[in-house]
Amino acid sequence: MANKLKLTKKDRISVWFRSFFLQGSWNYERMQNGGWTYALIPAIKKLYKSKEDRAAALKRHLEFFNTHPYVASPVIGVTLALEEDRANGLPIDDVTIQGVKVGMMGPLAGVGDPVFWFTVRPILGALAGSLAMAGNILGPIIFFLAWNIIRMGFMWYTQEFGYKAGSRITDDVSGNLLQDVTKGASILGMFILGSLVNRWVTVIFTPVVSTVKLAKGAFIVWDKLPAGAEGIKQALLQQGSGLSLTSDKVTTLQNNLDSLIPGIAGLGLTLLCMWLLKKKVSPITIIFGLFAVGIVFHLIGLM
Amino acid sequence: MDINIVQMLLVVIVAFLAGMEGILDQFQFHQPVIACTLIGLVTGNLVPCLILGGTLQMIALGWANIGAAVAPDAALASVASAIILVLGGQGTAGVGSAIAIAVPLAVAGLLLTIICRTIATAFVHFMDAAAKQGDIRKVEMWHIIAICMQGVRIAIPAALILAVGARPIRTVLEAMPIWLTGGLAIGGGMVVAVGYAMVINMMATKEVWPFFAIGFVLATISQITLIGLGTIGVCVALIYLKLTKQGGSGNGGSSNTGDPLGDIIDTY
Repeated sequence: MANKLKLTKKDRISVWFRSFFLQGSWNYERMQNGGWTYALIPAIKKLYKSKEDRAAALKRHLEFFNTHPYVASPVIGVTLALEEDRANGLPIDDVTIQGVKVGMMGPLAGVGDPVFWFTVRPILGALAGSLAMAGNILGPIIFFLAWNIIRMGFMWYTQEFGYKAGSRITDDVSGNLLQDVTKGASILGMFILGSLVNRWVTVIFTPVVSTVKLAKGAFIVWDKLPAGAEGIKQALLQQGSGLSLTSDKVTTLQNNLDSLIPGIAGLGLTLLCMWLLKKKVSPITIIFGLFAVGIVFHLIGLM
Repeated sequence: MDINIVQMLLVVIVAFLAGMEGILDQFQFHQPVIACTLIGLVTGNLVPCLILGGTLQMIALGWANIGAAVAPDAALASVASAIILVLGGQGTAGVGSAIAIAVPLAVAGLLLTIICRTIATAFVHFMDAAAKQGDIRKVEMWHIIAICMQGVRIAIPAALILAVGARPIRTVLEAMPIWLTGGLAIGGGMVVAVGYAMVINMMATKEVWPFFAIGFVLATISQITLIGLGTIGVCVALIYLKLTKQGGSGNGGSSNTGDPLGDIIDTY
């Protein structure tokens, strides 16, 4: 063959950029097919010149496709390699191409969802969220930059990897590296989730369990303090040396729970939500339910 | 607070971006911490919107589009609640009630998303027709129209809220009794658990539960920041992976489950 068709780096960058819009025409029939075709169009233009060939290529890629939007990149890479071979006359039929796409999208989605949606985004989101709640503008900036650098880098390198590896990548999916990444991500994810449940789920019970009169000398006697600034100073000093502000020691239900371990009520609530979700209760129902519980418990003075 | 026409235009543009991202999930303009901050930026209410975004982000941590399932819509929730916060003119004090509004909005947005995804089914049939002709440009066009439809999905509600104006929204907000806002704030502290529960249900296996417990206990030490906890988490994961490998090779590599404890149990 005199003129071997080859996708240049420029073509591949163009495909990479277009793959950002993979989910744009997401639909209930064939899911990401429109975006997939849209991403591959620069390659189709380059590889096929006749109208018939282009129509066939478009039709071939408008078949069903759905995976995590970022791990679609290695699949795109492999498909580019296959299409290139096909355009150069190798016997690669539609079934092979569709087979590779479908074969890869399942396992890869299994990697993409836990790694991106359930580890990287919650961690970055929690970091950014806690900064932002404190009024720190760095929160959103860090989130935006970190996320997009990770995302674009991942998509480019895996697409290139797929392109170079050609059809061999399907064997790599079951390989050890991906397994390690998935497991490492879920370990980190669970660890961080444990911390987040403790820090950010707020359940505070207000009922008073007991009120104990404190012994004389264990609390600040406000009447006996000197007047003016000297009195304030005395009070602060006394409080600093461990005297109580009131003559009663009030123990709320919350204090009791916290002495087991702080955050245990939040943990219980999280476990309850997990159980409800497993019972196929919709998250939206739970959210509304919790708001209702919040209002009711607030009214009866439990929270 | 009243905002001028340029600011309104900018708000609608931000809403459009957020709507597009709600489906694309790439640049993350639809994430509350970004979307609310942008709205705050263009309307000159940066700090309250920033705080609203951070708080909503905490609630929305586990919202993700998995497979064909649609998550509660962070885009509409963030954009609309931020606009309401700005129009309400209560500043930081209005964050609590804005969050309470955000959750029903997320559900409304979810319904809109489902409608858009159904309409997009028609669009891919137009693509099919164009493909038969080999008409590349038309295929591209329908894809871009579909993306724009998702942007409009958020831009129109945003424009509607702007059109209604500040006064009705403020009246509604001020009419809310204290027991309701107090209760909603308490509920808001709890709904975060739902997002975490969704994520945990996806990831939890017997093997990784202990790491959840370690994280939970370490978080009670309030001096350790989230970055600190993240560092510990990464180290624990690396050490565990390394140790499992060594355990695996010591096992003679009889099976490749990557779970040495399981292997030992199996051999008994």
